Amino acid sequence: MASTPPIDLPSGVTGAGAFDTPAPGEGGALFEYLLRLGDDALVLGQRLGEWCGHAPSVEVDLSLANFALDLIGQATLFLNYAGEVEGKGRDGDKLAFHRDVLDFRNCLLVEQPNGDFAQTMARQFLFSAWQRRLFDHLAGSADATIAAIAAKAAKEVAYHEELAAEWVIRLGDGTGESRRRMIDGLDWMARFVPELFEADDLLRFLAEKGIAADPIAFRADYEAAVARVLAEAGLEPPPAQRPILGGRRGHHSEHLGHLLCAMQFLPRTYPEALW
Amino acid sequence: MRVAATKPPPLEGEGLGRGGLSAGTASSNESTPTPTLPPQGGGSEAAIWQVLSSVPDPEIPVLSVVDLGIVRAVEPDRVAITPTYTGCPATQVIERDIRVALDAAGYRGVRIETILSPPWTTDWITPEGRDKLRAYGIAPPTRSAVACPQCGSTHTEEVSRFGSTPCKALWRCRDCAEPFDLFKCH
Repeated sequence: MASTPPIDLPSGVTGAGAFDTPAPGEGGALFEYLLRLGDDALVLGQRLGEWCGHAPSVEVDLSLANFALDLIGQATLFLNYAGEVEGKGRDGDKLAFHRDVLDFRNCLLVEQPNGDFAQTMARQFLFSAWQRRLFDHLAGSADATIAAIAAKAAKEVAYHEELAAEWVIRLGDGTGESRRRMIDGLDWMARFVPELFEADDLLRFLAEKGIAADPIAFRADYEAAVARVLAEAGLEPPPAQRPILGGRRGHHSEHLGHLLCAMQFLPRTYPEALW
Repeated sequence: MRVAATKPPPLEGEGLGRGGLSAGTASSNESTPTPTLPPQGGGSEAAIWQVLSSVPDPEIPVLSVVDLGIVRAVEPDRVAITPTYTGCPATQVIERDIRVALDAAGYRGVRIETILSPPWTTDWITPEGRDKLRAYGIAPPTRSAVACPQCGSTHTEEVSRFGSTPCKALWRCRDCAEPFDLFKCH
């Protein structure tokens, strides 16, 4: 994966992909950052929604659907705010349903397929543990709207992390089969964790202004939390793999396009449709 | 601090506008019948509180939106509410129901604002609200032992972290064997 090209700040502040026009200035950077926050939540919310009616038990079905609800709520707030910042009349719905793959800024972890229940829980734990720490930091953001959304969502995400950690432990420390599946799930997802801690120019630019949180600030805490849960689950840390980056610049895995097809079909086919 | 949805006063003949992921229906966009009470465009705060305490929570109708603690401010021309959970679908229904109630009482000029900060907490459920929950069969949020709303026993256990709504968990009483919802601490 190519590294980010050097960028002059602040005029060239951007996380844009190869096919995108860079959005210059602080407003453009903030817009991009809000897309990252919103798209992470939106894409994972949509993924979890795929479990609805298919989960191993009704209690799990409820949990996953409620996680999805929380995440889509976060996405609505972040993307509506992104639309305000952009000032081109786009709202959260427009951003969610009328952008293509290259314009999405979510991390690659959240778009990974659900696989089996263990793989879904591996993804959830690795993501929620990160997102909770991120939101804890963003609750002190210099941007009052980001701070308000993060402070509210952090309470919900703490619950996600706790529940997902319990499942990692239960499956890892369960039967031979559940253990094997959890190991496979973690192996699949672990490649996408380094991207969560990638700090590109855009992120550093906003972090210096106190708007964004540089994830390096909580990396050690995150890794310790993951190690603690894996130890309790009786699992070895997943073997080091080549990190895969690019989601923040619009370079996604093949999975995102399929997800967007399902998610965007209705509003694209019937643009003004209402319930 | 006030964020996001600062809405202009509703236009004549228009209720709640289409929200982000709105569940609004055509009928919800129709104004309610002719107001009779105070003149439009404002009113006393006490009277508005009175109207709001008649608006039930759509998921837990024994609670009013005031009992639930989501009404954060009332002014002659403004009502500020805060969502319980970020993605709670009831939030949009609540806003619509408040709009309808305000319109019906003659407060068409009172606008509804959604504020996010400080975030809602179950500590804001009123003591009356907690009693109503218990009487309805839902254990109110607690940081100590969860008591069965049917028999009062604290010999209880969690069945599922999530229940019928984002704000509730499913529990079971090990004495009277009744399952029940617990309003989670949040």
